[in-house]
Amino acid sequence: MRAYLSVFRLRLMNGMQYRVAAYAGVATQFFWGFMYLMIFEAFYSSSTNIQPISFSQTVSYIWLQQSFLIFIMLWYRDGELFELITSGNIAYELCRPINLYGFWFSKLIAQRVSGAILRSVPILVIAFILPKPYRISLPPDITTLFIFIISLILGLFVVVSISMFIYISVFVTMSPVGSTLIFAVLGEFFAGLVIPIPFMPVWMQKIVYVLPFHLTCDMPFRIYSGHIPRNDALIGILVQIIWLAILIVLGQVSMKKVLKKVIVQGG
Amino acid sequence: MIEVNGLCKSFKVAKRTAGVKASFKSLFHREYDIVNAIKDVSFTIDTGEIVGYIGPNGAGKSTTIKIMSGILVPDSGTCSILGHTPWHERVNHVKNIGVVFGQRSQLWWDVPVIDSFELLKDIYKIPPKEYANNLDMLTETLQLDDFINIPVRQLSLGQRMRCEIAASLLHSPKILFLDEPTIGLDAISKIAVRKFIKEINKEKNVTIILTTHDMSDIEALADRILLIGKGTILYDGNLSALRNKYSNDKIITIEYARSNKSINLPGVTVLSYMEERAVLSINTKIISVSEVISSLVNSYEITDVTVESQPVDEIIVKLYKEYAI
Repeated sequence: MRAYLSVFRLRLMNGMQYRVAAYAGVATQFFWGFMYLMIFEAFYSSSTNIQPISFSQTVSYIWLQQSFLIFIMLWYRDGELFELITSGNIAYELCRPINLYGFWFSKLIAQRVSGAILRSVPILVIAFILPKPYRISLPPDITTLFIFIISLILGLFVVVSISMFIYISVFVTMSPVGSTLIFAVLGEFFAGLVIPIPFMPVWMQKIVYVLPFHLTCDMPFRIYSGHIPRNDALIGILVQIIWLAILIVLGQVSMKKVLKKVIVQGG
Repeated sequence: MIEVNGLCKSFKVAKRTAGVKASFKSLFHREYDIVNAIKDVSFTIDTGEIVGYIGPNGAGKSTTIKIMSGILVPDSGTCSILGHTPWHERVNHVKNIGVVFGQRSQLWWDVPVIDSFELLKDIYKIPPKEYANNLDMLTETLQLDDFINIPVRQLSLGQRMRCEIAASLLHSPKILFLDEPTIGLDAISKIAVRKFIKEINKEKNVTIILTTHDMSDIEALADRILLIGKGTILYDGNLSALRNKYSNDKIITIEYARSNKSINLPGVTVLSYMEERAVLSINTKIISVSEVISSLVNSYEITDVTVESQPVDEIIVKLYKEYAI
């Protein structure tokens, strides 16, 4: 366990060095955030129907999405791991007395956490002081906030356990481009990053709720804004845990399989 | 301690000829070649030995090392190292071994060397006392003091390689695999690394398996060499026996007062001849060194004589030629 914590710490320290990238990220995320807000504002004001989610809930949803982007983005990847595999430096990782899956899992979590720490704080601070309709609202009560934090952390674990499959696939394909693209396009759509899930047609929502992707960001963010009632939220957390267990077991099994056939590149 | 028996490993390599047309064709239909990296490799190594594992590029050296360190799974054959089969009991096996791949790095690029060491301490669960002792010993003998707190990306190759070797020894492994540890190093670093390897072999009785293309490494370190070519072991024995077998030649350089007499003796080849200096190669099977010198003394006014053995590199070239590898 200690080794995993230790690599988490080292990767976290390492990740915090990239401050300029973080500032650039903050600026980009603001741009996107406002763009989404404008689109939704136009959408709300031009429609007379009652929407499945209120505008202020959407605002919170979008600001949370932008500030925790690194937590939840499937395409956010660790180039170092890809390089380890394709260049053959993985040789060293393989002669350590550790479980490679767990080791990489810790690295990936640390990388996302370090990125999110640097980005989420400034975005959230500003989102709380923006003028009214664009301001992020506080969660309805403190328990909701607490449940939100738990489900956000679990969501992070779910994202990483899904993204592990991208890394595992690179052992076979030797190029991260294809698998990242497939995972990113499908995963992000089903996670509600393109359009929030409540806006989707009912038949599609049914598909989305069967897949694990919505557990990564849609669910935590709607818990925050109170759109998902408390009981449903607790059930959601349970579902997250079950999915997490399934994904980790599947990941470990497929990792073992590819490692049996691994070819260390480059002599 | 290390027993390798009948190890085989082959790789499937996609065949593709050059050109755009061939690339398009390979989109729909792929052909594969089977490359036998190693075939039926067997040897045993005892505790405390230093074994030089040599062979031309692509002979299967690294593949063998990777199988022995639990990274690759062979197609067939057995391997028992300290009672473990590397690819079945990977985690238990790798605790006992240290590995240095000269062409790769195990240190974290952006953080000081010491941080990488601390991580290894946790990965190998090294007891604090043992870690402190080993770290002290390694920093002293490899002289890491000056740069142990500097990020790896700022180190020179020689400094980095010393750190790599230290990193592989922090957990006091019983066996050390060195895959080209002196590649790209200057003379001083090379000698420092060699000296260190000898030292830990003597003091801690660490068994060392070393692959290299630098024959002076082998000469300085290995009592025993294993020669591999095209995936099979061709020679297993000590270096001096190899020398006796393949090198009956001595090189004599003589310097003398101006003369233009020609040298004409059986078993002597003139490698270079100038008015005051000549380099001769002597086949000791035909003529002894003393005979040559005495006959030279009779006809020249000699000012200096040096006698050398044939360089190991040339012996190896001969060996490769004989086995046609």
